[in-house]
Amino acid sequence: MITGEQMLIFMQGLQTLVCQFACLCVCLFTKGQAVHKGDPVLPSVHMCFPAGFGNLMQDVLWCFSQVKGTIDIGVTEADIISTVEFNHTGELLATGDKGGRVVIFQREQESKHQPHRRGEYNVYSTFQSHEPEFDYLKSLEIEEKINKIRWLPQQNAAYFLLSTNDKTVKLWKVSERDKRPEGYNLKDEDGRLRDPSMITMLRVPVLRPMDLMVEATPRRVFANAHTYHINSISVNSDYETYMSADDLRINLWNFEITNQSFNIVDIKPANMEELTEVITAAEFHPHHCNTFVYSSSKGTIRLCDMRTSALCDRHAKFFEEPEDPSNRSFFSEIISSISDVKFSHSGRYIMTRDYLTVKVWDLNMENRPIETYQVHDYLRSKLCSLYENDCIFDKFECVWNGSDSVIMTGSYNNFFRMFDRNTKRDVTLEASRENSKPRAILKPRKVCVGGKRRKDEISVDSLDFSKKILHTAWHPSENIIAVAATNNLYIFQDKVN
Amino acid sequence: MGEEEGLHQTQLLDTMFVRGLKRKCFDGEEDIEGTLAGIKAIPSYNLQRQSLLDMSLVKLQLCHMLVEPNLCRSVLIANTVRQIQEEMTQDGTWQMINTQSTGQASLDRLVSTDILCRSSREQAEGKHVPGYSTFNKDFESDQAQDGSETMSTASSVQAPRNLQSNVWEMENPQENKGNFQKSLDQIFETLENKSPNSVEDLFSEVDNSYYDLDTMLTGMMSNTKMGHCDGLETFSSPTTATSSSNCKSDLNELDHIVEILVES
Repeated sequence: MITGEQMLIFMQGLQTLVCQFACLCVCLFTKGQAVHKGDPVLPSVHMCFPAGFGNLMQDVLWCFSQVKGTIDIGVTEADIISTVEFNHTGELLATGDKGGRVVIFQREQESKHQPHRRGEYNVYSTFQSHEPEFDYLKSLEIEEKINKIRWLPQQNAAYFLLSTNDKTVKLWKVSERDKRPEGYNLKDEDGRLRDPSMITMLRVPVLRPMDLMVEATPRRVFANAHTYHINSISVNSDYETYMSADDLRINLWNFEITNQSFNIVDIKPANMEELTEVITAAEFHPHHCNTFVYSSSKGTIRLCDMRTSALCDRHAKFFEEPEDPSNRSFFSEIISSISDVKFSHSGRYIMTRDYLTVKVWDLNMENRPIETYQVHDYLRSKLCSLYENDCIFDKFECVWNGSDSVIMTGSYNNFFRMFDRNTKRDVTLEASRENSKPRAILKPRKVCVGGKRRKDEISVDSLDFSKKILHTAWHPSENIIAVAATNNLYIFQDKVN
Repeated sequence: MGEEEGLHQTQLLDTMFVRGLKRKCFDGEEDIEGTLAGIKAIPSYNLQRQSLLDMSLVKLQLCHMLVEPNLCRSVLIANTVRQIQEEMTQDGTWQMINTQSTGQASLDRLVSTDILCRSSREQAEGKHVPGYSTFNKDFESDQAQDGSETMSTASSVQAPRNLQSNVWEMENPQENKGNFQKSLDQIFETLENKSPNSVEDLFSEVDNSYYDLDTMLTGMMSNTKMGHCDGLETFSSPTTATSSSNCKSDLNELDHIVEILVES
């Protein structure tokens, strides 16, 4: 039985073939003939082989849409964006920053009057999610930086999201209020209490419309369950539980219970001197509520099934690629450390990001990934410098598009990369203020490795390693992406024809 | 700007680490001469490896002094150090660094690493890292004239001196083979660090009964500790956020002080 996805891929392939065949026919046919007026306009030879990124059928042209954040030269550390996440419908876009704040943008309704302004994102709510704390036991500060935000699927009029810093996870409810009750008996309109003895008659309060107010309230605080720094949270497909993962342990929570969590993975060795591996990311399977994966600093991924035992110390599947001996160096282990792991929307694949590559794994094949994409291989010869300035420890994230056909990840110099899994084409784009004219098409960028540098290329030594794109997000169903560049959030959309 | 300088200085290192080429250790004099002649072009593999080891150890010490070490980063650096140590053990170039004869050479190497790391680190972070100041003071007091020399030059000038020390050490291969099984503890000790930070110490600092999960969740222990640490905050200077070992010793002192005050 052919699945819908397979049919789609087949049709896309067929489409490409037909197009190429048609172009070939046209080229052969029109080569020696003049085109008369009145003839239907035939595609020219030039259009058959497009020069840049973007052919007729499938590739997307990305345009600048919006940028949020200040243009100041000196960036306040607190404004640095540390996480970006669309909700399940794509209507809301949340960002968290180092100052512990969460800003939620809402997509405005598309209007017929301004069709080219396809649903811009405007600020919907801003709130302080986490405050800096002081751990008295260790005499250490707990940063308020928001490490991750995850949305819950919408079940009523309110929106719910989880936000976490290094130690504490919080469940926030974001709701709208556009009516307020008026006509209380015991208090007057200003809120002052009335003297009960002065009340002579009773009335029923009525709801009157008011200006829309969006309020965020913390509904649950899940604290004191992590000794080490939380790096991931993931909502389970049962919508009743979620997990939080730190460097050595993963805990399972029920949304309703805040004073208990269930430890499901513990890789802390009995003797800390033997510690050689930490957990770097974890995620639940999108459909199977008993399955999750977690990645490690040694470049391995473990898939666990919670049905087998209470403590999932023994993995059900173990994904590891054998090391390439020709590329071995002292930095091999560091660059193999996985910084992000994401299930595809279909649940069939997982994608991992290590320092230089993005890999796609088939859940049914553990011994090697099915696809490997080089993000910035030109850095391979610079690893020692990057080790010295600590850039080699940067944790880049990666995302799937809605149909799992394109994957995206960030790089340095405010570059980000997209890889089309079907066409095997990739593109490098830049998030910068220079390319920020409304609906301006982003021009592909290229890094030149050595020798002659062409006009628009940038050489490896000129890259700005302080401008790194670690966090990106892709709308669940449309070609809209959000890219966090230090303290600015860029939103790009595909070109509207 | 400092970052660029740092990057430039380690470009030489980059060329060597492209493919992790393993070279044979020195067999005889002709190799040494050849390497000396080739010093101007590319530093020897052993020198590069030693520099990487030094850099890694400095990084480990730094993260021990920071507010709270990033465990993943510490583990990765520690694994790198172990890997270098294992390779040096197999190569036969690992030896007990003698404080008398080669102490000078090892300190010189550390100073050069300090330049490498400091130029990029301080520029990147724009703040004074307290760990480095103690580092520098030690070096400057012990090796005043050497310090000034090495501060101003790039690593290539030090290469012959370091190479000399390697040569001295290689003259006693039999002795050295007996010293191959060195723990990271001894790496730190022989490099004359002031703070007690072997890698084991680093991780054992993180794991401590104070913040054992059970005691944290019961909350009782935390309340009593909080009382002590409140006192810590009011009495001590702002530099409380260094390491938990300081907290522990301070706690004992403050206990004593509080007792005296309460009694009076």
